[in-house]
Amino acid sequence: MPTLLPLGQRPPLLRMNHVDKVFNGNIVALRDMTLDVNQGDFISLLGPSGCGKSTALRVIADLLHPTRGKVEWEGAHGLGDLGVVFQEPTLMPWATVAQNVWLPYRLRGNSYSSVRDEVRESLRLVGLENFLDAYPRELSGGMKMRVSIARAMVTNPRLILMDEPFAALDEITRHKLNNDLLKLKAKIGCTVIFVTHSVFESVFLSDRIIVMAARPGRVLREVQVDAPYPRDEDFRTSADYAAHTRAASEALKEAMGEPA
Amino acid sequence: MTTTDQGLVSASVDAIDADEQRRARAARTERIAKWALPVIMMVLVIAAWAWVVRANEIPHYILPGPDRVWGSLRDDWAMLIDAAYLTGRITLLALLLAVVGGAGLAIVFNQSKLLELSFYPYAVILQVTPVVSIAPLIFIYVDSKVAGMLLCAWLVAFFPVLSSTTLGLNSVDHNLRDLFRIYGATRWQRLRYLQLPSALPYFLGGLKIAGGLSLIGAVVAELVAGTGGIGSGLAFRIQEAGYRLNIARMFAALSLVAAMGVFIFAALSIFSHLLLRKWHESALKRDG
Repeated sequence: MPTLLPLGQRPPLLRMNHVDKVFNGNIVALRDMTLDVNQGDFISLLGPSGCGKSTALRVIADLLHPTRGKVEWEGAHGLGDLGVVFQEPTLMPWATVAQNVWLPYRLRGNSYSSVRDEVRESLRLVGLENFLDAYPRELSGGMKMRVSIARAMVTNPRLILMDEPFAALDEITRHKLNNDLLKLKAKIGCTVIFVTHSVFESVFLSDRIIVMAARPGRVLREVQVDAPYPRDEDFRTSADYAAHTRAASEALKEAMGEPA
Repeated sequence: MTTTDQGLVSASVDAIDADEQRRARAARTERIAKWALPVIMMVLVIAAWAWVVRANEIPHYILPGPDRVWGSLRDDWAMLIDAAYLTGRITLLALLLAVVGGAGLAIVFNQSKLLELSFYPYAVILQVTPVVSIAPLIFIYVDSKVAGMLLCAWLVAFFPVLSSTTLGLNSVDHNLRDLFRIYGATRWQRLRYLQLPSALPYFLGGLKIAGGLSLIGAVVAELVAGTGGIGSGLAFRIQEAGYRLNIARMFAALSLVAAMGVFIFAALSIFSHLLLRKWHESALKRDG
């Protein structure tokens, strides 16, 4: 298991450097966003709708080109560096679970037999090793999301982007997936940027919360959660958790223009 | 079936209440009625038809009874089956060309906006102009009867395949499209692994319509082309029997055309179900 360095000692991974994103020439989705992402960070982008958190994610994924500024990766940046999980599981309904997880490799020209072990291992990590040949419609919502996570992890990417992945799930499933996500991250030692509008989720998962404000979308401030990993269900009821939740809530209130 | 609910399912196996019994009974009745009612309906209509002809002493050159139609079907079977074979061959060839042409054009249009903007309007014009009015022209310029008939049938049949496949190729989940972009998919990979599978249900819907239309196209083409060197199809036999006031044979040939249409539709429906049953909503059996 890779060791996680404390905040402040982690080597840099990428930097969003004074990024602006303007749509249609007048809608400012993102204004002057600068964000240093370090290796091993679990960053949550937290904010009200319209604050540009999804836009920021899409800029990092290179799905959107910044109007000004740029995203600078540390070192060479290639195709396998990025895994993505969307709000919907976004699985190909005509393909089996194994074929869905194979996709990132398949698009790089790797045959299934050459990456079978990676696909199996990734599905084992999310607890679905017995569902290789199932079709997505046979799975529950939470299981589909696990497949989606397995697909994002299968290439061992340096960075995983998650855009409100658990927002559509019920509370119990969401807690379970939150716990499992932390275990997975610890196991493979990747970096995560996680978009959410839930204060609780962001405190539980991340060590850095970037609170964003809307109109125009911008970074308001960073709240650090210095509680150590591994975090489990006990952390959810701890005083530490409550204190961090209060701090994040206050920052979010400020982001929404209310007095703190 | 979601695998997380197993505990619930096994707990309720031994408890079947009145509601469940009623539902099971209704399902059983519907299964039988689905086949039995149309058959009963057909028997009734044929009986009524026979009765009307006999009671009113309608002469057979106006309206033959079902017995005479059956007799014609039996006596002229060799001739009719030859005709059906010819019409069927034209229909299936035209359908094949419609699939290749329609789906091929859809892919080409999808890959090149320029070609789509240039040619799509003309595909629409070809489609909305009634084939009966184009057919005589086609036979002036196309020497081969078979080629002319194929062209006629193709003209009516290709458009549903083209338009539904085009719609399908454009109906890709936008998140999946983003995912393919992030993973650096080439145009070809996106087409093959994403757009074509997404378009499959749409294509199959168009195919079912095209199957019926290619039969219509083949029949119209035969009526316009007449015979001459290539033998006679069912439509020609219907026309010929009409000139001879052999109404019974008209009905016999007509029933073969109808049977052919039903066969094509059923075959395409089964084909479509086989391709989609594993994953598509349309082929899903719901429990309860």
